[in-house]
Amino acid sequence: MNETAAVAHATHESPGFVRTYLFSTDHKMIAKQFLWLGLIMMLLGGLLALMVRWELAWPETQLPLMNLISEKTWEALNESGSWIARMIPNGFISPESYNSLFTMHATIMVFLVVMPILVGTFGNFLIPLQIGAPDMAFPVLNMLSFWTTALGGLVMLAGFFVPGGHAAGGWTAYAPLSAQAIYTGVNWGQHLWLISLFILGVGSLMGSINYITTVINMRARGMTWFRMPLTIWSLFITAVLLLFALPVLQAAAVLLLFDRTLGTSFYLPAGGGEPLLWQHLFWFFGHPEVYVLILPAMGIVCDILPVFSRKPIFGYKAMAVAMISIAFLGFIVWGHHMFISGMNPSLAVGFSITTILISVPAALITMNWIATLFRASIRFTTPMLFALGVVSMFIIGGLSGIFLGLAPTDIFLHDTYFVVAHFHYIVFGFSILGIFAGIYFWFPKMFGRKLNETLGKIHFLATFITFNLVFFPMHMLGIGGHMRRIYNPLQYPFLEPLQPMNVFITVSAFLLGASQILFMINFFWGLAGKKTWEQNPWEANTLEWTAAPPRPPHGNFLTPPIVHHGPYVYSLPGSTQDWAPQNEELPGKLARAAAG
Amino acid sequence: MLSWLPENIASYGDKIDSLMYLVYYITGTAFVVTELALIIFLILYRRKPGRPAAYITGNRARQALWTLVPLAVILAIDLSLDFKGTPVWNEVKAAIPPSNVLVQVQAKQFNWEVHYPGPDGKLGTADDLVMDNQLHVPVNQVVKVRLKSQDVIHSLFLPNLRFKQDVLPGREIDGWFKATKTGTYPMPCAELCGFGHSGMYGQITVHSAEDYQAWVRQQWPSS
Repeated sequence: MNETAAVAHATHESPGFVRTYLFSTDHKMIAKQFLWLGLIMMLLGGLLALMVRWELAWPETQLPLMNLISEKTWEALNESGSWIARMIPNGFISPESYNSLFTMHATIMVFLVVMPILVGTFGNFLIPLQIGAPDMAFPVLNMLSFWTTALGGLVMLAGFFVPGGHAAGGWTAYAPLSAQAIYTGVNWGQHLWLISLFILGVGSLMGSINYITTVINMRARGMTWFRMPLTIWSLFITAVLLLFALPVLQAAAVLLLFDRTLGTSFYLPAGGGEPLLWQHLFWFFGHPEVYVLILPAMGIVCDILPVFSRKPIFGYKAMAVAMISIAFLGFIVWGHHMFISGMNPSLAVGFSITTILISVPAALITMNWIATLFRASIRFTTPMLFALGVVSMFIIGGLSGIFLGLAPTDIFLHDTYFVVAHFHYIVFGFSILGIFAGIYFWFPKMFGRKLNETLGKIHFLATFITFNLVFFPMHMLGIGGHMRRIYNPLQYPFLEPLQPMNVFITVSAFLLGASQILFMINFFWGLAGKKTWEQNPWEANTLEWTAAPPRPPHGNFLTPPIVHHGPYVYSLPGSTQDWAPQNEELPGKLARAAAG
Repeated sequence: MLSWLPENIASYGDKIDSLMYLVYYITGTAFVVTELALIIFLILYRRKPGRPAAYITGNRARQALWTLVPLAVILAIDLSLDFKGTPVWNEVKAAIPPSNVLVQVQAKQFNWEVHYPGPDGKLGTADDLVMDNQLHVPVNQVVKVRLKSQDVIHSLFLPNLRFKQDVLPGREIDGWFKATKTGTYPMPCAELCGFGHSGMYGQITVHSAEDYQAWVRQQWPSS
């Protein structure tokens, strides 16, 4: 069957709008669904963050543009008990709604932005294409995974509209604060938050099982474990992490819901319960979760750096082993979130040692990335710039973690802005920059056209600079003793000297937000523009670029690909071109060189 | 950057701060070296016509040495940090030295209720005194703080004393500090405890020995 015939065959089967765009079982469409979900939620999560920042810079002042709404309208809103009046009464943020704002900013960013895009989009899109499979192992389960996630998202959004407002106990939802409505005044908001997390967990687990099965069973001929792109390694490890960590969160959430609704006392000391049980369960999930949020981005960077360095990744197997070690260590470090929680102080010593040990695989990965650039031929494309952004920001986010992982220094820094700075260097500097790298890199494969490079580079520069202006000074705030999750820093005389820094951060945050408009323009321009469906625009080796037609039909490959070597054979001496697609057989001598 | 740290007035504060400085110098060096290597490589190895990239897989033992040797150094630094940190942690958190001054800080939404045991030195007796958000302690004496909460989790944070400890409902947690300088210092709550968390704030007053005696006589005139 030639190419046109195959495409015609695929389109001939075209199952209509609903089955193509809504209830699709094609992993590529499901990937796009996750992408839309994540990007829309990113907009919402970002707006919540800007409201939090506004409050911190100019506490208890009216939000911008709110003066456009007349007093009469506010009165009417207040009287009708509208959710807007509850969230921003008269255009101001109240202490209650402030707690909801940062709780929901974190919840949305973690569960409805980073997870859907990094795991949902890239996992779905890349696993079958990069291992040479026609689709996921369980396409219907895959469809269910997205719609379960979407349902979870809807339940989560519903929380904004219920009386009492949305969950306000932080994304960590420490009991007993989260276990009884009297403590926060939030009733249904917290219920829905817990129900939503449970549903989202089910959705992720479906994906996780699918990813694991697909990677184990559906690799193309010749695609041995150590010929898989590191993106696949990272997604596979991520799926295993989810499989072990999510049920713990789900169980914990159900128990908390029982405490709230059925009168049980799992976390309530008055009935013999134990508040620390929640923290142990939550962080047993929570720390592996952090690696869920970064591992796929790590894999993406491992794949993008070689393409634009025209060099093999340095230490391929070491990279895979390092990722596995990080994942393993991720399960035995959760106590570092609890050094001063009141758990037995002796435990802190062990958790501190395992935590600090993470620096070994983390440093290995960083050094291998840098070594990949040594004697390279670097092309500064937009995806490459974002990938390099990840490398440089991981250095900061990783190093600042040592201050927190070492128990004695954590005493002071715990629950201060130093922690906020640290995890934003990870979750934004690593995960979100990694997401952008991935979107710019695979956009041609997903949508048939390159995004505008000039606009992309400006987007990178604006994001990279403003990101650092927002989050670097937060280290200083934390060292100055500025606590997290406070509504008005001016209530504390000792924080007053730090207030100009808060204003600076907020102004930078608005610029960071505005920089994302460049991305939106580029993204929609890219969707609207003329599709060229170029086969391999970056001259990369992995199967999605080489073996599939530019616009893969449902089924992906016209003929099942056969893999002859690893994914990082770039600039092989003696070869006529500086890349060697995985499905192209190299002549004997070169093949031996590529294997060694 | 660490000059932003609030003034230290704790007997063990120097040890915590010097660990902080140690980590700062180590991570600062690592930061400069790695970011510099990154930037230099980006400049040196930018694409130039006619200069292909080298084929280096990093899979050979000799190539891997470039990363294995630094890794060994990092591992050694890690272990030495653990080695240095553990005694400090144990001193601050694990063992409480003998103390003549006991106070109970009972947290509730959104106040620190400070219970003073009075002349009999025992909590829960008639001569106890309760003050909201005011912690009075003598300088240069080990103060034992008994922490209790009557509702949710709070966290007693004394930035100048390098003291932070979560306060849990349903248990008593003991902590300690020894202030080395007189004055009034902030005492915020560091753990989200509800809509009034922001502004849950008290003060710790460190008295000189004479002042403290005077304060005690003022509070318990009959004894």
